[in-house]
Amino acid sequence: MADEVSVGGRSPESCDGVTLAAQYRGAPAAPAAPALAVRSLDVAYRVRGADQLALRNVSFEIARGETYGLVGESGSGKSTAALAIVRYLPRNGRVSAGSISVGGRDVLGMGQRGLRDLRARHISMVYQEPGRALNPSIRIGGQLTEAIKTSNSPRNEAELTAAAETMLARVRIPDPRRVMDRYPHELSGGMAQRVVIAMALSATPELLILDEPTTALDATVQAEVLDLLAPLRDELGMSVLFISHNLAVISQMCDRVGVLYAGELVEEGPAAELLRAPRHPYTVGLLRCVPRPGQRKDRDRLDAIPGFLPQPGDKAPGCVFAPRCGLAIDECRTAPPPLFEVGSGHVSRCYRHQVAQDLPLTQSPLASPVPMAEAEADADGDAGPVADEGPEGLLVSVEGVSKTFQARGGSVRALRDVSVSLRAGQTLGLVGESGSGKTTLARILLGLTAPDPGGRVTLDGAELAATLAKRPLATLRDVQIVFQNPDSALNRRATVRRLIGRPLAKLAGLSGPALATRLAELVSSVRLAQRHLPLKPGQLSGGLKQRVAIARAFAAGPRVVVCDEPTSALDVSVQAAILNLLGDLQAERRTSYVFISHDLEIVRYLADQIVVLYAGRVLESGPASAVFSAPHHPYTEALLSAMPRLPVAGEAAGDPADTRIQLAGEPPSLSDAISGCIFHTRCPRKLSSGICESTEPGLLEGEPGHLIRCHIPIGELRGLQLSPGGTTPRNSPGAGSA
Amino acid sequence: MTDTTVNPISGPPVGTAAVAPVQAPPARWLLLMRRPTFGIGVVILAFWIVCAIFGGSFAPHSPLAQDLLATNSAPSGAHWFGTDQLGRDVLSRVITGARDILYVAPLATLLGTVLGTALGLVMGYLGGAFDLIASRLVEAVLALPAVIIAFLFIVALGPSTLTLILVIGIIFTPLIARTVRAAVLAERDLDYLPAARLLGEGPAWIMAREILPNVLPAVLVEFTVRLGYAIFTVATLSFLGFGIQPPTPDWGADIYANYAVLPAGYWWDTLFPALAIASLVTAVNLVTDSVEQVANG
Repeated sequence: MADEVSVGGRSPESCDGVTLAAQYRGAPAAPAAPALAVRSLDVAYRVRGADQLALRNVSFEIARGETYGLVGESGSGKSTAALAIVRYLPRNGRVSAGSISVGGRDVLGMGQRGLRDLRARHISMVYQEPGRALNPSIRIGGQLTEAIKTSNSPRNEAELTAAAETMLARVRIPDPRRVMDRYPHELSGGMAQRVVIAMALSATPELLILDEPTTALDATVQAEVLDLLAPLRDELGMSVLFISHNLAVISQMCDRVGVLYAGELVEEGPAAELLRAPRHPYTVGLLRCVPRPGQRKDRDRLDAIPGFLPQPGDKAPGCVFAPRCGLAIDECRTAPPPLFEVGSGHVSRCYRHQVAQDLPLTQSPLASPVPMAEAEADADGDAGPVADEGPEGLLVSVEGVSKTFQARGGSVRALRDVSVSLRAGQTLGLVGESGSGKTTLARILLGLTAPDPGGRVTLDGAELAATLAKRPLATLRDVQIVFQNPDSALNRRATVRRLIGRPLAKLAGLSGPALATRLAELVSSVRLAQRHLPLKPGQLSGGLKQRVAIARAFAAGPRVVVCDEPTSALDVSVQAAILNLLGDLQAERRTSYVFISHDLEIVRYLADQIVVLYAGRVLESGPASAVFSAPHHPYTEALLSAMPRLPVAGEAAGDPADTRIQLAGEPPSLSDAISGCIFHTRCPRKLSSGICESTEPGLLEGEPGHLIRCHIPIGELRGLQLSPGGTTPRNSPGAGSA
Repeated sequence: MTDTTVNPISGPPVGTAAVAPVQAPPARWLLLMRRPTFGIGVVILAFWIVCAIFGGSFAPHSPLAQDLLATNSAPSGAHWFGTDQLGRDVLSRVITGARDILYVAPLATLLGTVLGTALGLVMGYLGGAFDLIASRLVEAVLALPAVIIAFLFIVALGPSTLTLILVIGIIFTPLIARTVRAAVLAERDLDYLPAARLLGEGPAWIMAREILPNVLPAVLVEFTVRLGYAIFTVATLSFLGFGIQPPTPDWGADIYANYAVLPAGYWWDTLFPALAIASLVTAVNLVTDSVEQVANG
């Protein structure tokens, strides 16, 4: 404790924040006090009669007007910190040491009345799921005016309604009056989250706590919400505590960042510096787990953090991270490290902070990396060894498939005339936001959903039956899936042995010793151990569960595996390991993947071919490198620009909002017939001639194999997207392969 | 892959150094054992089970032996619970009266649970028209009072313990089916079902081996809840003369036989069998509550 250094660095902007905040609210109690000061905080949960520390000796400060990011994986204690600040811990949790003050008010000493006032006027919180933060049976207007009433002196109805409308307009909701008459379920996720933010801001709080506010949202919606928050923060002079597992989002939003690991703050510093030059091995490892532009499955393995979070309750004498740290020395295992000051306002709880960035790689480079020259040729989309195979190399082909769901009040066209193809040993990335039809397409391929009559799905040239019941076992063997959420995809009553053994018996027709041998091989090929076999899914961590799901999919030697967002339910460090595993399995077995993901960096890392879907239509398709470099379809361009990005060493930090392409409005309703291009309602590059509204463009081929559904000639698109002054996407083309 | 890897999460098998990341929760039966209400319920239940099986050998008198010279005698040293209108020992009749109710009620409940679980699984998993029709039928049955349905069947089939078991079992079937169906619906959105279909599993396997284990806690709770009701139903039917037939000792029938003399002050004839029913139902409900809480949390 004596070695603690003060951790409350203030930047010039935050001083501006102080004055702004003061002006806005008419000088609160203690103008000099930081918006939030957490000192030596311990939070314990009582589990089966024993206290387990969820936060240990955590100290940080947020200056007025400052945005502070708290990063950590699940179990790191970041949400516990947020709950402790508003005194909203679950019944078995309590603050066992330390202090919290908000704008100089001691939160822990407050009575019920003070607490109510604190929550009503001084702190607001926004959670991950907007759908659960809104009362489903009260209209938006009613909920919003209620929030305004509790935080301000009572006013008359007309004033309240006007104030509510102002709040909605402030979060850029078009037509606030109409939205106020809606119920929460009538709003899209992005709209609902804006309403929640409007409610949170109605109190003009000093401190806004955002707990993973955009995690449940689509990429373009996330970008809009994030771009909305920054100016609002400046306008209202708020301080923000931004909690997220997403390092790129944190880097975009925050002035300073604190990294939590197993309940301890292991590193803290200015966001740009910390993310560019981290000084704690955990931060270094975490950053290495994220695929970067330029990394490809055939050239680079992602680095994962070995081992697991320590069990709650088992406290090693030394550094919490030592058991997983490649740099740990004896000292790390015997005495907990203090915070070392490693830069201006930058501290690291590590004895080896000077060499942190030399953390050894946990992954050996690929055994035989493809030589760069060849890789580039391949990345350019032609002349690659696989592309030479010709049509007989085609493994899966989906031709002209549509799917219409009958719903109350009409039909929903989830997919319209979609054609995609996939070669053996390759990965087809399906990209698109929710409602784009990517999961429906995958389900049709699997036989779980029957397409509308007319389309064809072929495997190796042979047409597949529309439904599972009509498909022979051999087809089932060939097409398998890894679902998004292993908790849902694995029967929680079955043991790992049964989960993996059943497909071996059923699909591969094995029994007795042959089955046992295959089972052992399979278990080791997904890097599980024999001791996991008798366990049930509830006894495994998220990453191990997903390995079981992968083993089940690979049990009978499939030729195509659909991966439906297989890492989006996992932590960053685990995600890297799973992506590596999928890459290895593909290299060993030449299995093809249909990889569905909303995370473009992951798709870029893993996919050979990419199909961009929007409202059930293919807007662009082609080799990965071509899709990621100009010319793009305007929608792809917007998706790429919405991608939050980590700072790269040696690159100036620009304000990402400057170059981001904002998409107006919402995706079209799938039940309406839309004339013209399906994207014309939101397209920033819509042509003035009116052709976009009247005629649907065809898929035009630019480079060989690269198709774009747009009226703008491809040469012109390239010119628009590469012009330096124009709205060039930040992920400039070819950054990957250059 | 070379040996330059440090501690591998995606190199060689995990786990050489790593511990299982999540602790196994304590077994459910252990949690059950720790609950005092469960203990009390089990002790009372065990007492009546012992009476049902061995009651004949330790009852002080024969439950059928009449003593017309000592009818309606008050509780005394010779007859702790007194004697009834025919001079039979009430204590002995209460002890041996546990026998029939304690096999009729559980067997009837078991029958209802098995049939109801099967029906509920099929309704919940298949859905569609079958579910629609079966659900309406279930609602129709639920709309009628159970005892009335029981009357109809018993009158038609004639009173016997087998009829009693069949009738109560069939009356419980739709009730249990409805609960199981709701539990199945909660499972139906989970991805392990399409995963099983992709392995080529048929509907029967999926229902019995994939879904059933996951709805088993709900089935168990339903069984214990219905057991309490079954005891009450058997006692009610016996009291009304449609259940276990005299002279076999039975609590419900004994209350019926003696409640007419209650106004004359012969309270022991009625009170002790009534207390026996109450204690048994209470014991079952104590066990039920514990099972329910452990199963749900």
